[in-house]
Amino acid sequence: MTKTRRLVLDVLKPHQPNALDFSSALANLGADYRVKLTVTEVDKKTESTIVTIEGSDINFENIKTAIEQMGASVHSIDEVEVYGAEPT
Amino acid sequence: MVLNKKQLILHVLRARSIARRYLITNGFDGSLTMLGMLTGFYTSGMTELSVAISACLGAAVALFISGLCSAYLSEKAEREKELRELEQALLVDLKESDYGQASRYLPILVALVNGLAPLLLSLVILLPLFFAEQFHALPSSSFINAIVVALICIFSLGVFLGKISKTFWLWSGLRTLIIAIVTVAIILFFGRSI
Repeated sequence: MTKTRRLVLDVLKPHQPNALDFSSALANLGADYRVKLTVTEVDKKTESTIVTIEGSDINFENIKTAIEQMGASVHSIDEVEVYGAEPT
Repeated sequence: MVLNKKQLILHVLRARSIARRYLITNGFDGSLTMLGMLTGFYTSGMTELSVAISACLGAAVALFISGLCSAYLSEKAEREKELRELEQALLVDLKESDYGQASRYLPILVALVNGLAPLLLSLVILLPLFFAEQFHALPSSSFINAIVVALICIFSLGVFLGKISKTFWLWSGLRTLIIAIVTVAIILFFGRSI
């Protein structure tokens, strides 16, 4: 069973919720999630952002659903860090 | 900061500030309408309290329905336009997102605030008339009492405005009170000259 420890996503989001609320909503999805959001471009109605999520076992589907729920969309997965099953 | 879903939806579409604006606008509208009607009844020397109460209640219900429908229709159209523009910018379907939900939920909330504000304020203003009819008091004094309650309501709306804009509450309250007094003065002037 693999575990995703780090995800870097290219996300296009509306101005509201703002970067802080948006990141907080994502960080609340996991007990040990750490979220970093960088705004790379600001348009009239949208913001292009790079969202970095770190945690011991990240659930991508939950993150994608939460992002879409807030009116944003995942353009691409730019970077991942996945660990294989630990030896027993 | 932990945001629950409802808070997020409200935050997303700045619902609170919109609802607050409607509360002041239509609350002021309702209070001033009642003030005008009560002053008119007072100057005309109306003695039938039940007629005055019925007329004022009719106006209050009309203000409620008008506020409810106008805010719902205008806010719904505005939200749909905003959602369509955002969908075009993001190239996604937002109907199931918080934005989509807020677009359906916000017009109802705003319409309720817009409709209930004048209705509830009108009922508060009419309380002296209800009491006077119940206890068979003099109509003229109950009209004056109701006018005073209306002036207090309008002053309170001004104070609330002052709190929102973070200006001196007394000055803001006095400003709305002056508008109400000028309205009363105009009605008294025309009422006595007819």
